[in-house]
Amino acid sequence: MDLFSQVKFLLHKEVVMEWRSKYALNGILLYVVSTIFVCYLSFKQIPPITWNALFWIIMLFASVNAITKSFIQENRSRQIYYYTIASPQAIILSKVIYNMGLMLLLSSIALVFYMLVFKNPIGDPLYYLLAVLLGSISFAAVFTMISGIASKANNSGSLMAILSFPVIIPLLIVLIKLSKNAMDGLDRSVSLNEIGVLAAINIVVITASLLLFPFLWRD
Amino acid sequence: MYKSWWKILASVLVLYSVIGGFLMDVPHLPILHESIRNLYFHVPMWFTMIILYLVSVIYSIKYLGSADEKHDLISVEFVNAGVIFGFFGLITGMIWANFTWGEPWPNDPKLNSAAISTLMYMAYLVLRNSLEEEQKRARISAIYNIFAFPVMIVLLFVLPRLTDSLHPGNGGNPGFGGYDLDNHMRLVFYPACLGWILIGVWIATLRYRIRIIENKQLAE
Repeated sequence: MDLFSQVKFLLHKEVVMEWRSKYALNGILLYVVSTIFVCYLSFKQIPPITWNALFWIIMLFASVNAITKSFIQENRSRQIYYYTIASPQAIILSKVIYNMGLMLLLSSIALVFYMLVFKNPIGDPLYYLLAVLLGSISFAAVFTMISGIASKANNSGSLMAILSFPVIIPLLIVLIKLSKNAMDGLDRSVSLNEIGVLAAINIVVITASLLLFPFLWRD
Repeated sequence: MYKSWWKILASVLVLYSVIGGFLMDVPHLPILHESIRNLYFHVPMWFTMIILYLVSVIYSIKYLGSADEKHDLISVEFVNAGVIFGFFGLITGMIWANFTWGEPWPNDPKLNSAAISTLMYMAYLVLRNSLEEEQKRARISAIYNIFAFPVMIVLLFVLPRLTDSLHPGNGGNPGFGGYDLDNHMRLVFYPACLGWILIGVWIATLRYRIRIIENKQLAE
């Protein structure tokens, strides 16, 4: 099988697995919704800058929780089986793509619910949505590799946070700035710089993952 | 590496930069005044840190290719030394900021980036501690080291340039070399950088050699 068909096959497997045990997906959706609700009950009303920052913080924690399990949930023998039938690049690529899809779904639901409870005028809704989608793709790209690294250690839960937060902060700074520009309804050409940086970081991170994962998985 | 000429050179250069840095003429600029002398100590710390991290990443890449324990030891000891220089850079910067910008921690992108990159390398050290098996520890920490390095480059060199910063060379400010690093300062500044980089490498190699000796004693 070539790389493309392997990725397609593994993606199909990921989706089927997720669908069979819906608890993980439902759990993370419930996690986001209840976090937003807790924030709503404790803040009631928030100024626009906090509104933007709070959304990204909620998304940060939700995505760490959603993606941490992507390597941990699979037991050892099943992982060994994958490694005999697929190339490491196909495995990491399928995980990254699957997590991107998961994050896109998660962040759109979160955004809708967040805007439902916290009313806040957005100057350029389409561009804000673009920022959110770009953000979920970048979170998925970074966290997938980190969760692979963390899954090799003993207490992977706390290690995941320690390892991923410093790496995600540059992305988060750019994302908050980009979405703030969209919220204020600034001219779209103002944010092109930020989009370029985001794209560059994503390309670097995904390339690094593809190069490094073959060394990570063999035990 | 075991030759002594570069260690003597490092000591001489650093001594020269300390003496020259306090005694030689500096341009008199508003706000900065005599505190401009801190340039000789603050900036070389960051250069040294970057060089040490760079060497560490190179040896991490080498480790993945060779699985040689020595490469892993070099890589971790250069990070250890780099973190120390990172802290020194933060401390000298905070003292300087206290006198020129009015507070030790103004909300400046370069400061925040430097703090985050220090966190990143401390996470690397925590990751190492959490792995028991030696080869696994070496391999996985090497992977994280390589993965984190490009992000650190973005943090320190790309992001501060996109936003307004108090540091020269960022957010449209001209770099230090542009107008106020005159020739007198260059005479001290460049030797200081070279001297501190060599000192950093010296510390790291010393620690590496201690680790090698410890490992030998354990093996006996």
